[in-house]
Amino acid sequence: MSDQDITFTIDGVEITAKPGQTIMEAADEAGIYIPRLCDHEGLRHQGGCRVCTVKANGRSVAACTQPAAAGIAVENENTHVNKMRRDLVEMLFHEGNHLCPICEASGNCELQAMAYRLEMVDPTRFPYLEPCRAVDASHPDIALDTNRCISCGRCIRASKDVDGKGVFGYVGRGIHRRVAVNGEDLAHTDADAADHAMSDEVCPVGCIIRKRVGFVTPIGEREFDKGLIGYEIEGKRRG
Amino acid sequence: MAEPRLIEISPVTRVEGHGKVTIHLDRDNNVDEARLHIVEFRGFERFIRGRLLWEVPVIVQRLCGICPVSHHLAAAKAMDVICGVDELPPTAEKMRRLMHYGQVMQSHVLHFFHLSAPDLLFGFGAPAEKRNIFEVIKENPELGRRAVLMRKFGQEIIEATAGKKIHGTGAIPGGINRNLPIETRDAFLKTIADMEEWALDALALARGYSLDHADIVDNFASFPSNFMSIVREGDGALDLYHGNLRALDPQGDVIFDQLEYSRYHEKIVEDVRSWSYMKFPFIRDLGAEKGWYRVGPLARMNTASFIDTPLANEAHKELKAVTGGAPNNAALNNHWARMIEVVHCVEKIRELLHDPDLQGTDLQAKGDRREEGVGVIEAPRGNLIHHYQVDENDQVTYCNLIVSTTHNNDAMNKAVKDVAVKHLSGHEQITEGMLNHVEVAIRAYDPCLSCATHALGQMPLQIELFDADGALVDSRAQAA
Repeated sequence: MSDQDITFTIDGVEITAKPGQTIMEAADEAGIYIPRLCDHEGLRHQGGCRVCTVKANGRSVAACTQPAAAGIAVENENTHVNKMRRDLVEMLFHEGNHLCPICEASGNCELQAMAYRLEMVDPTRFPYLEPCRAVDASHPDIALDTNRCISCGRCIRASKDVDGKGVFGYVGRGIHRRVAVNGEDLAHTDADAADHAMSDEVCPVGCIIRKRVGFVTPIGEREFDKGLIGYEIEGKRRG
Repeated sequence: MAEPRLIEISPVTRVEGHGKVTIHLDRDNNVDEARLHIVEFRGFERFIRGRLLWEVPVIVQRLCGICPVSHHLAAAKAMDVICGVDELPPTAEKMRRLMHYGQVMQSHVLHFFHLSAPDLLFGFGAPAEKRNIFEVIKENPELGRRAVLMRKFGQEIIEATAGKKIHGTGAIPGGINRNLPIETRDAFLKTIADMEEWALDALALARGYSLDHADIVDNFASFPSNFMSIVREGDGALDLYHGNLRALDPQGDVIFDQLEYSRYHEKIVEDVRSWSYMKFPFIRDLGAEKGWYRVGPLARMNTASFIDTPLANEAHKELKAVTGGAPNNAALNNHWARMIEVVHCVEKIRELLHDPDLQGTDLQAKGDRREEGVGVIEAPRGNLIHHYQVDENDQVTYCNLIVSTTHNNDAMNKAVKDVAVKHLSGHEQITEGMLNHVEVAIRAYDPCLSCATHALGQMPLQIELFDADGALVDSRAQAA
């Protein structure tokens, strides 16, 4: 711990943060998992999905963008905070067409895994919007099934900031805001299967699909067959 | 003179899916018309369009929760063709076969013990409260225990090969996504001897029923028909996973044989009738009137030249001897045939468990893309055809499914009429037990109604309005 480091608490546990770190970055290093969907290692923080909402001194903030501050008391795992998160995740299910039983991302999907972690057991409170979206399979190696898109923007940031391309961007406003390709379809962009934006880890759901893969990973060996989402971060703490 | 009556059996019970039977009785209480209606609608043929080919085997198996493996494998076989794979690695082919034998075993056990045993043990006209699996268990706890454990064994085979007992993901275009670990194999080997013993006992039960009740069996929904299934390439042996099409006429003479199943549409066409969501396939050369046929366990016993496992083959010979080698027409003998197939599946599972190829690591083959593929399998309930076309973007553009229950549509309707005429005609009082006879006839085919209704578009619909005397007052028809 250097002189400039600060300390604060998450659910009563004292945490050390380096200068400029967000609450989430400090928590990750300490082995405390804060749920998130739009945030991803190696990409700039966006604070869009709000699934990482925590209470900092009683005020709701996005842990992925809120700088850690000395002495703050952060509430992460409690009924009230998790209910807010569960409501957000539930609304994401209602906004798209998420058919887990037939989705090849099932078991690797962060949205599905988050629903399990947050114990979303009654996904019938809100009306399903059932948007009508076609699959864009024009690219020889990649297909986009935007029925499953949650507008997290991870592909937008990966393409722009890591690949230096800008294959994806947001269009529309409010409830109509969605991710679109900068072209007539994906085949008319400079998307490439080797792009970071197209890698398995960037899309948290089954929207960006690599062709010729399908269900090649058996049940039992998928990412979240190994544990609840966040298990790797929480594993650091358990040693 | 009585008024004309319409009797409705709705829903038909102890079958998969939703259907009903309508029986029209005239003023003399004679059966005028009797039909099996499928009242649910699924539509998979339409909404699979636009999906990517690699998803198809997982999506279409959602047709059914009883035998999803059949759809999973038929679709995977079609996608093998589309992915340019004509021969799977041995591990993939054998894992798929193991999955399929587990599936046929558990489905047949479910049907025989859970759905049909109450009729066979207690009588077709027994009180309704008696005709259920719980009463079977109460009367014969050991039989009930075996039924549960045999089904469990089959389901666990499916889990070991597909990842889940229901709706797994094992078969992928060109292969399989897992092999069978040694420890899993050894666990199955510990119980396979019990399974064989119990399967033989179940076979004895079914055979005994047919032989001891020949007067009932031979006169209950028994009528001549054509039969169709796939049989093994070359020698015509029973093969539930792969082979060529064979169709026999009521005398047992060949209508077509060793026909590559990719050419099914040259021989099979589908008719649509105004009163059912289920299509009526028939053999093109014979026409709709004479070309209808039966599929399923009894049909397979009729079409197969022999069975390549010793215990099942002996049982097959015994069944064939009843009719002197000619096709067996008695619908109730489907139960006997089903138990022969359970024995066959157990023998095949044992054989595969001793095969080291199941521990191989070459799981998937690749090839050059094609635009069209047909996959055919013998599902528990009979022949199952999946046919797809896929465009240059890898999206499905066409899907045709001919499901076992659809193949048997005409036969089930004839069985309903046959039984209704024999057991209901002339009776003023129609009892629940009498109506169960109609259901028993349907149950013999083990129909899966939810699997069988898919075509979407402008369905042919006919509405008829009758007055109290049964006279047609008005009708409205919508063309197909």
